[in-house]
Amino acid sequence: MSHAATMSQIEEHYENPLTPGWGKLMMWIFLCSDAMSFVGLLAAYGSVRMFDPNWPVPSSKLDVPLTALNTFILICSSVTMVKALAAIKRDDRKGFALWLLGTIAGGSTFLGIQAFEWTHLIVHEGLSIQSSLFGATFFILTGFHGCHVLSGVIYLTCILIRGLRGGYDARSHSPVEIAGLYWHFVDLIWILVFTFVYLI
Amino acid sequence: MSHDAKDHAEPNYWGVWLALLILTILELGVTRLPVPKFIEIFALCALALTKAAMVAAYFMHLKFERGALILIVMSPLLLSAILYIGLVPDAITHIRWIPN
Repeated sequence: MSHAATMSQIEEHYENPLTPGWGKLMMWIFLCSDAMSFVGLLAAYGSVRMFDPNWPVPSSKLDVPLTALNTFILICSSVTMVKALAAIKRDDRKGFALWLLGTIAGGSTFLGIQAFEWTHLIVHEGLSIQSSLFGATFFILTGFHGCHVLSGVIYLTCILIRGLRGGYDARSHSPVEIAGLYWHFVDLIWILVFTFVYLI
Repeated sequence: MSHDAKDHAEPNYWGVWLALLILTILELGVTRLPVPKFIEIFALCALALTKAAMVAAYFMHLKFERGALILIVMSPLLLSAILYIGLVPDAITHIRWIPN
């Protein structure tokens, strides 16, 4: 039996509808380990904050309404992502490109607002990663998440370019679904970061 | 792709979006309520976890996956609880060393 035939059989096995595709499974495993990174940061944040009597009220330092808007934008970008996946499953390539473009625009807007917020905090409020534990935890948590959003925007842009070149259709769209998993994870994490860092 | 994930009907994504929007507005409302801090924290955590669960269940299609995958994905939740409980004594010890 040739190597190619063996590989074909393996791929056929992994694309069996009764088992998760290997790409999706690998993404889930990555997301679990990435979740633990955020859990570590959030746990450290909680422990330094819980016993610091001088911890500032977040709303006194941070712009909560602006960040609530940013949260809303990220949630919207998750919806556009699932709509992009639904479109390519129907072989609607134009719809796929438009919805995915909307997702990329949402992620980029999120980054823009976060950059504006950081600039305001650093330049006008004098908050920095060295100024206090509040500043250190804030910038590390939101910065780590921001890196994920930036990676996601680049990732989705690559998916869009490949999609525009006809790389996906109704029968072959696993990479879109896998990229979507990453994007929704970034949204999910932000929901937690927004609540723990900005609201509580 | 699992059998279930492939064959399930498409969820009402706009309905999920609306629910997430309402829960976010509720979160903002809770921070303005004149209630004890621990009730506020409990309510905010419950709302945030509900939102996170909705994103995982509907947008990430976890609700339609097979049970084994759901169990694997849930493992960080258990591990995070262990991590957090493990850190609490450390934080309590730390506070004793803060100079007055």
